[in-house]
Amino acid sequence: MNSSLETAKLEPVWNTNKKVVFSVVGLLISLLLFPLVDPNTFYLHLMIMIFMHAVMAQSWNVIAGFSGQISLGHGAFFGIGAYTSSFFFVEYELTPWIGILIGILFSGIIAAFIGAVVLRLSGHYFAIATLLIAISFQVVFQRWELVGAASGIWIPLTEESSWIKLQFHDGKTEYYYIFLILFVFIYFLTWMLSRSKIGFRLRAVRDDPQAASSLGINVSKYKIIAYVISAIIMAPIGSLFAQYILIIDPDRMFNIEISIIVLLITVLGGIGNVWGPLLGTAILIPISEYSRIYFGGTGGAVDLMIYGVILMLICIFRPAGLISLLPLHILEREKQR
Amino acid sequence: MTSEIILQAVISGLLMGLIYALIAAGLSLIFGLMEIVNFAHGEHLMLSMFSSFWLWTLLGLDPIFSIPITIAILAVSGILTHYFLIRYILKAKMLVQICATFGLSIFIRSFAQFLWTPDFRNVKDPILSGRIEIGNIFIGQPQLYASLICLVAFFLLYLFVNKTETGLALQATAQDRQAAEILGIPSDKMFALGWAIGLGCVAVAGVMLSNYFFIFPDVGVNFALFAFVAVALGGFGSIIGCLYAGIIIGLVESVGGLLIDPSFKLLYVFAIYLAVVIWKPQGMFGRY
Repeated sequence: MNSSLETAKLEPVWNTNKKVVFSVVGLLISLLLFPLVDPNTFYLHLMIMIFMHAVMAQSWNVIAGFSGQISLGHGAFFGIGAYTSSFFFVEYELTPWIGILIGILFSGIIAAFIGAVVLRLSGHYFAIATLLIAISFQVVFQRWELVGAASGIWIPLTEESSWIKLQFHDGKTEYYYIFLILFVFIYFLTWMLSRSKIGFRLRAVRDDPQAASSLGINVSKYKIIAYVISAIIMAPIGSLFAQYILIIDPDRMFNIEISIIVLLITVLGGIGNVWGPLLGTAILIPISEYSRIYFGGTGGAVDLMIYGVILMLICIFRPAGLISLLPLHILEREKQR
Repeated sequence: MTSEIILQAVISGLLMGLIYALIAAGLSLIFGLMEIVNFAHGEHLMLSMFSSFWLWTLLGLDPIFSIPITIAILAVSGILTHYFLIRYILKAKMLVQICATFGLSIFIRSFAQFLWTPDFRNVKDPILSGRIEIGNIFIGQPQLYASLICLVAFFLLYLFVNKTETGLALQATAQDRQAAEILGIPSDKMFALGWAIGLGCVAVAGVMLSNYFFIFPDVGVNFALFAFVAVALGGFGSIIGCLYAGIIIGLVESVGGLLIDPSFKLLYVFAIYLAVVIWKPQGMFGRY
């Protein structure tokens, strides 16, 4: 019994179904070659937004899907990442690459502190606390003079594109590759996480905290680990987005909409499944970007309206998300002959 | 800083607190009945303020007279919410329940923004206006009457839940759904009634607020947050707990704003929330 459990945990990566491996590699190669077919800027932007939201939703999936804690304020870590790298770049001319690492460090530490306090709460109490935390961050950053208060930080334009300063003015191709690499890296990591010991323990904590704790799993420790991991995933995306748009302000970076959209994408795709957020993003982000084109920037409420309806419909008809409609058995390992 | 300024802050906090209490009571009633937190509570408040605004703008009906109409509108919307959304998620996981009412809140808020634009509006020259002067303390008339009417509504709610047969049936359903069903209390109708009453409370608060508060699609967000805090503070499911909790929050908000910095009001209330839910998770009067 015990030995079979051991092998279940340590099942090697190369045992995955060959068809899945081939299709994933094929998808990756086509994504790598995509900028070479010279698409127009809108499509590059669309793909960047897809990579970005896929990673953000995955971050939420780690805390909400794997460990079962529903955070309604996950945008806070996005803002922390964005503000940290931009602040160090503007004040000390520190390259955003190091700024991203500092942002990851900061958001990890902040998540550990917040998590140690609020993860003692469960269910609605936790959800409400995270909502309040996200709004508190926005309130504080709107009034914090050091980081530009309500007007935020304007990242000064460099004269020419520079990898060190992470600014590219000729097109979006470089940004595309940066976001693509981050996306692939994070999805690989979360996939590994989901099949690691930590992943199994997190799911045990989610499904039955009492049983998990009677098996010797330190429930609160694992919840905090999940919270820190998900904050660490969120921060670099904030930093990179700040470099992408070059203007950051508390209203946009700590917008409650960020927390809404990561929740929506994950619930739509399939919560608790590594590939759920990807499916959700692939469906939702094109809808959102196209609706922005058709209804214009000012009527932005229309896409939120659609989100709300989708969220309610999913909750009523398919709480397991759209991924539950796919033939998931192909993801399983081929039977050894 | 004189004692008069502090007294002024205490009074305005108390008046605001009574409104928070009524909003929270609606939330608490719904939660106590079916253990679903209505994340769209603030949006329902916003709807009732807009209802009052439009009745005044289009029909020239002063908010004080439009209370019954708005109560009816919100009660119907509560019943619809129950039959079209909540009924399907009663047995779902908590995640699904949170996401569903959260989705409803996003939908209502953005729909309001779509229909009525994000502009700030207000009811000009309602019957309740001006202020009363007692010594050196000023009390706005709309604020005063809003709080009084909320207090009256609160006690009517309390009497209804505790003294009438329907109210007792509601409580029975809240305590044990199956046992109540066996006794012939239809839980589905009770849930719909709970939504109607819960949102009726919000309607009273919303109409009275529309007398002196700006009306815009995001107006409900902060009120809903304070209502969540009040419900956690008073204990999920306890109605009388909401009264005390609402008053405490109103006082902390206004006195904290006076003594420290008014722009961080939300943080003081948040600090109370954390302190309470961590040290006394069942709240002051909670059943859970």
